[in-house]
Amino acid sequence: MTEPATTPSAELGSDPLERLMPSEPTATPVGGALIEVEDVVKHFDIRGGLLGISKLGAVRAVDGVSFKVRRGETLGLVGESGCGKTTLGKVILRLIPATSGQVVVDGKPIFGLSEREMVAVRRDMQIVFQDPYSSLNPRMTVGEIVGEGPYVHGLKSKREREDLVRELLAKVGLNQSHIHRYPHEFSGGQRQRIGIARALALNPEFVVCDEPVSALDVSIQSQVLNLLDDLQQELGLTYLFIAHNLAVVEHISDRVGVMYLGKLVELAPVDGLYNQPAHPYTVALLSAVPETDPRRRKKRLVLRGDVPSPANPPSGCRFHTRCWLRERLGNPERCQTEEPLLREIRPGQEVACHFSEDVTPETIDTATRRLPPVSAEAPVA
Amino acid sequence: MTHSIDLGRGSDGPLLELRNLKTHFFTQDGVVKAVDGVTFSVDDGKTLGVVGESGCGKSVTAMSILRLVGRPGRIVEGEIRVHGRDLVPLSENEIRDVRGNTISMIFQEPMTSLNPVYTCGDQIAETVALHLNLGRKAAMDRAIEMLRLVGIPDPKRRAREYPHQLSGGMRQRVMIAMALSTNPVLLIADEPTTALDVTIQAQILELMKEMRQTNGTAIMLITHDLGVVAEMADDVVVMYAGKVVEMSSVTKIFETPHHPYTKGLLASIPRLGDRRTRLAVIEGTVPNPLNLPTGCLFKRRCPYAMPICDTAPPLQQVAPDHVSRCWLTPEGAAPEVGAAAPPDVAEPAAAALSVGP
Repeated sequence: MTEPATTPSAELGSDPLERLMPSEPTATPVGGALIEVEDVVKHFDIRGGLLGISKLGAVRAVDGVSFKVRRGETLGLVGESGCGKTTLGKVILRLIPATSGQVVVDGKPIFGLSEREMVAVRRDMQIVFQDPYSSLNPRMTVGEIVGEGPYVHGLKSKREREDLVRELLAKVGLNQSHIHRYPHEFSGGQRQRIGIARALALNPEFVVCDEPVSALDVSIQSQVLNLLDDLQQELGLTYLFIAHNLAVVEHISDRVGVMYLGKLVELAPVDGLYNQPAHPYTVALLSAVPETDPRRRKKRLVLRGDVPSPANPPSGCRFHTRCWLRERLGNPERCQTEEPLLREIRPGQEVACHFSEDVTPETIDTATRRLPPVSAEAPVA
Repeated sequence: MTHSIDLGRGSDGPLLELRNLKTHFFTQDGVVKAVDGVTFSVDDGKTLGVVGESGCGKSVTAMSILRLVGRPGRIVEGEIRVHGRDLVPLSENEIRDVRGNTISMIFQEPMTSLNPVYTCGDQIAETVALHLNLGRKAAMDRAIEMLRLVGIPDPKRRAREYPHQLSGGMRQRVMIAMALSTNPVLLIADEPTTALDVTIQAQILELMKEMRQTNGTAIMLITHDLGVVAEMADDVVVMYAGKVVEMSSVTKIFETPHHPYTKGLLASIPRLGDRRTRLAVIEGTVPNPLNLPTGCLFKRRCPYAMPICDTAPPLQQVAPDHVSRCWLTPEGAAPEVGAAAPPDVAEPAAAALSVGP
């Protein structure tokens, strides 16, 4: 599109809708590392046999991931289903035990702590779940759901707890008088607000948002995204934002990590990742997003096949079975034999690919044009 | 099988035409008007995108076309014409001929729409045998051919596999193979890629484009994803609370939307390239279908709401081939009868402006 004035959003500039969208970009002061994830591995054993106890193999959900989340930033984590992003979020919070590795919170390694010591750490780390229907206990009122954390952590006075819950409900944009209602009386967007209020009840520093808007309708999605943004500004929160929607992640994140089959394949500031993606998988992910401008129907770089099973990942680079760049480079053997490690190719931009220097506009363009869509071996009758 | 009705290509009228379709659900708590006076048409070989949020009636519209709405729901009024022939009064046997032969449908969740105890090949072959009147062997050959056409590698082996042995993307391909195996003239796709990952969604969209091109199949694409619509559709219908609120070509809907709901939807989606800007928001939530407001159904969430909005707005023409159910003039100003016109003035004005139900 050549004239920005004809885009719907620009046109709305002079409309009453404008008051709903103050346009100044938000900035969060970003500091040192709050969360350090060090070579975290999570394998789920596959058991079977006659008694169902012999170990047949393992699903390597997260297979050696390291990164840091800086204080006050939003780190987005994207990837397709089964790439291990949700498992990683839960391992970081120690909601499920890691197979190996370490997570350091504010300088303190947490994997060796006793359950009792963890209680104090958990105050500072909370999670908002994807499904606002199954993550709220249907037999508890909103007041009980949001007030449960404070109760466990020592706020025993019913009166004070109610005051706190009312304050939290107001903060997330819910009616304070709804404190005695049950989850089924709320819509999906409102339930997600309850989930957010619950996460904030202990005044945490770090919140894992696991697909917080993917179950919501578009018009409700933007309400919740704006709320998360406001709360970050107001409370100085640090987010790990897990999602599969690349546009949502771009919108909310300062830096973004891309996962594929249990590995982090690229980690970069949002500008770098979206403008100059350095991993062939990131390129394909971005290319797959439908364009919201009907005049710019693009040719896509379509990946062949499905994600391989994490129980039996490909050797070397895990992406090599679907990689368009490898094909273009004449299938170098190194991709199959040697696992690429994360390396910094531009300031702040790390990528796990042997040949990421060959990810250029030209190679992307030729791959896009040359690759026939899906049915490669099936000429259409 | 002898076909008692002929709804194939080349008959009179547009491929599919809905006229004032009303499908209501008679529940214990009251009547839910899930589809309430919907009129639109799909031409041969075209793709119509139907967008709206959950509960707007887009899926019920699709189910109504194939007469798949069960109790307590019922088509209470309107016509569903396929090449001029109305489907509403057809008997159960006659409509069964239309399903699959003329119109096929694919659903959002392929796992729940495939039978888990039959192989993929058997399920496609069953459809083929039934509708094309082929023998077992020929039907299975056709099934394998269809699996190959939709890009499933090693189709012979896959035909012997059960749905649980396939990935989500593969299952959706099997659904598409089944839907297209009988050469329908219209494919209704209800959120066909919503349950899929983005790289698999890209594969399925490319496949649907390819099939559209080679077979000339028209597609009615139901989705809440505006990106998918922008990419696939020729024309777009925007639905809200059981009614069509705006309808036009895809370029007009995206570039010069008229209805405040369409504008709000377009402004509220994060797009690639948006970084840490504030998103526009449509305040509030969809009204309770058991307790709809009088007049405009969107007025409680509308930033432009005026007193006249208590009177139901007309579906007016705002540009050639572009209609919108809103009181605002085509230029976006208050209507000529005045922003505060009382119902006795507003109603005749609405009737005069209106081009549809």
